[in-house]
Amino acid sequence: MAFWPRRGGRLGGETGMAEGLRAIDCDVHPMVPGMRVLIPYMDQFWADQVVERGITTLDTQSWPVHAPKTIRPDWRGANGRGADRVELLRAQALDRFGADIAILNPLYGVQLVFNEDMANAFTRALNDWVRAEWLDRDERLRASIVIPMHNVEHAVAEIERLAPDRRFVQVLSLVMGETPLGRRHYWPVYEACVRHGLPFGIHAGSAYRHPQTSVGWTSWYFEEYAANQQAFQSTLASLITEGVLTKFPALRVVLLESGVTWLPAFLWRLQKVWKGVRFEIPWVDRPPAELVRDQVRLTVQPLDAPDDADVVQRLLDHLRSEEMLLWASDWPHWQFDGVAAEPGEPNPAVPPGLPEALLPKLMRDNPLATYPRLREGEKA
Amino acid sequence: MNVIQPLAHPGKPPAATLGLIDVDIHPRPNGIEAFRPYLSARWWDYLTTYGVRARHGFFAGQPPFPKAQPLASRRDAWPPGGGTPASDLDFLRHQLLDNYGVDVGVLNPLQPSGQGDRNNAFSAAMAHAVNEWQLEAWLRKEPRLRGSVVVPYEDGPASAAEIRKRAGDPNFVQVLMMSRTAEPAGNPRYWPIYEAAAEAGLPVAFHAFGYSGWAMTNGGWPSFYIEEVSEHATSCQNQVISLVVEGVFERIPTLKVILIECGFAWLPSVAWRLDKHWRMLKDEVPHLRRAPSEQIRSHIWVSTQPMEEPERAKHLLDIMGWIGWDRILFASDYPHWDFDDPREALPGLIPAERRRDILGGNARALYRL
Repeated sequence: MAFWPRRGGRLGGETGMAEGLRAIDCDVHPMVPGMRVLIPYMDQFWADQVVERGITTLDTQSWPVHAPKTIRPDWRGANGRGADRVELLRAQALDRFGADIAILNPLYGVQLVFNEDMANAFTRALNDWVRAEWLDRDERLRASIVIPMHNVEHAVAEIERLAPDRRFVQVLSLVMGETPLGRRHYWPVYEACVRHGLPFGIHAGSAYRHPQTSVGWTSWYFEEYAANQQAFQSTLASLITEGVLTKFPALRVVLLESGVTWLPAFLWRLQKVWKGVRFEIPWVDRPPAELVRDQVRLTVQPLDAPDDADVVQRLLDHLRSEEMLLWASDWPHWQFDGVAAEPGEPNPAVPPGLPEALLPKLMRDNPLATYPRLREGEKA
Repeated sequence: MNVIQPLAHPGKPPAATLGLIDVDIHPRPNGIEAFRPYLSARWWDYLTTYGVRARHGFFAGQPPFPKAQPLASRRDAWPPGGGTPASDLDFLRHQLLDNYGVDVGVLNPLQPSGQGDRNNAFSAAMAHAVNEWQLEAWLRKEPRLRGSVVVPYEDGPASAAEIRKRAGDPNFVQVLMMSRTAEPAGNPRYWPIYEAAAEAGLPVAFHAFGYSGWAMTNGGWPSFYIEEVSEHATSCQNQVISLVVEGVFERIPTLKVILIECGFAWLPSVAWRLDKHWRMLKDEVPHLRRAPSEQIRSHIWVSTQPMEEPERAKHLLDIMGWIGWDRILFASDYPHWDFDDPREALPGLIPAERRRDILGGNARALYRL
């Protein structure tokens, strides 16, 4: 039974530590209601473009607004959309699941835009909207810097622009982009992450430069959602084989809404092939599974495991690490039902089957170890 | 070294008490001349002028990601009398069938087979020729060998016609597709293949390989051969997902699918993921009546090579148990570099009766041998 984290008080301080578990929710999604709210954060040129060209929304097919998966039924507003205000995040998630800190990962489709300059302007507006409408309104909130990944110069500039604001704790990309994320042309982004102590977060979803499978476009959304699991494997293979993890040992990579149970089988295969053909990538001088255990973290919603605690325990054994998993509610995506009404009741935002003994690590220690900027509160 | 050295002395695995069945052997012609007797003058002319054109830019069989060694083959598999690996029946008998006491070996011809060619009509002509060549060059000469019906899978009706031509011929035990198709395998364009296969009582084998024409990851093209090899697993995962979600197994309840050289440790995770998210997305796919994991459990078989290697071997037992001990088939992948010696491939901690089933019993039941 997953216990209810105690509420109240800020994260950090000796007193706070002693009061018991404080939960850190590593993946929540503020929803942009439409392009109109981003206009105030654009310069005149781009504000005019949005109006004159009739750009009303950047909602994407990765999360069709009305699909059940996108917004849990009881979190769906009267307009059919998810929460676009911080009050709803408080009421639906923070207060219900006992998070003292939550990391905002906006999924608005700025990364789908083909025009690099437009993508840059819209991404900057999105980040500024998050800062003004969310971060400034609840001190429990932190956010990821969304970056326009298809232009590395723009991406690095956006990191440099926002990194001084310590409430930005991570850099965020989608898992399916134009080229695999290990490719060398992206490396200035990873340098910037290391320079500023920001993990590189990779969230499920596509920029639609390619079909959702290596065998073409899927017919059903169900297949498309499932295919994120393959995307994370390919991305991790790229980060390993191109040498990102070995070149940047200080880099932490966080896989968000990735599922978890695919990871051991993926590593067993890659590591076996690496033994056979490592001559091709001589810079990978450590077993891939070790690199991943040291530098890669995953959020646990969804876990993609059966509810059976015995199976879950065996899967955790296969991972061979208690440091890799980070708790997330994935609010408002529908991964689980229910809320815990009272302290002491099971927390439904923790996937069933995870052993109770793991929870302090999952919900607090591992996130704190992963995100250096979350530790800054403790010194305050 | 990247060559797995098999044991030097001959011998059958002691656990193979129900026989040794190798479901993945790759016969190769010494040149396209081998197909000439089975091609019309028009297609022979086309083949020698334009050649096999896969959905990638290189020509003359050059793969886009160069292999780790010539023809991806064991260094010792080149026949002493000349020719390419697995092109000489006598040497294949000596090095594989006799050496390990293989009772039944299933042939999976790879390129140049015309599968996945950009030209469907040529692909169909080639599939016919390759099947005739299997019969003449291998199956009628060696009773231990069985063939696969090579089909021009991007053309469903032409594939179905080729299957019907071979139906009832005991030389053929399965239909062969490559795992990288131009659209996901559950797409209705491929249904005629599955219907014809089920009608003929033949399982459909997806062998890892081929070129879909799309990037090898859903986030773009990788750089390295090691990624290409690793990505076989992801493309096969997408094929399983597509077959399930499109409702192929609901539509054709007698269909049996074999995943060859795709790895298998990923299969339970795919099944769990589908089950989990099906719960929230059922309204989109009302044609699915049975849980995805149930469909996978009852319709899909896997082959061993290349078998994932956990850091702790006992973890493999969990995976095999979750997939189903009766669903796992031994494959050597002869003559390729990552060949598995049947005496060494299965870790000793797998109970002997399970090894017996994997080495022969399961394939015997599946193929009704």
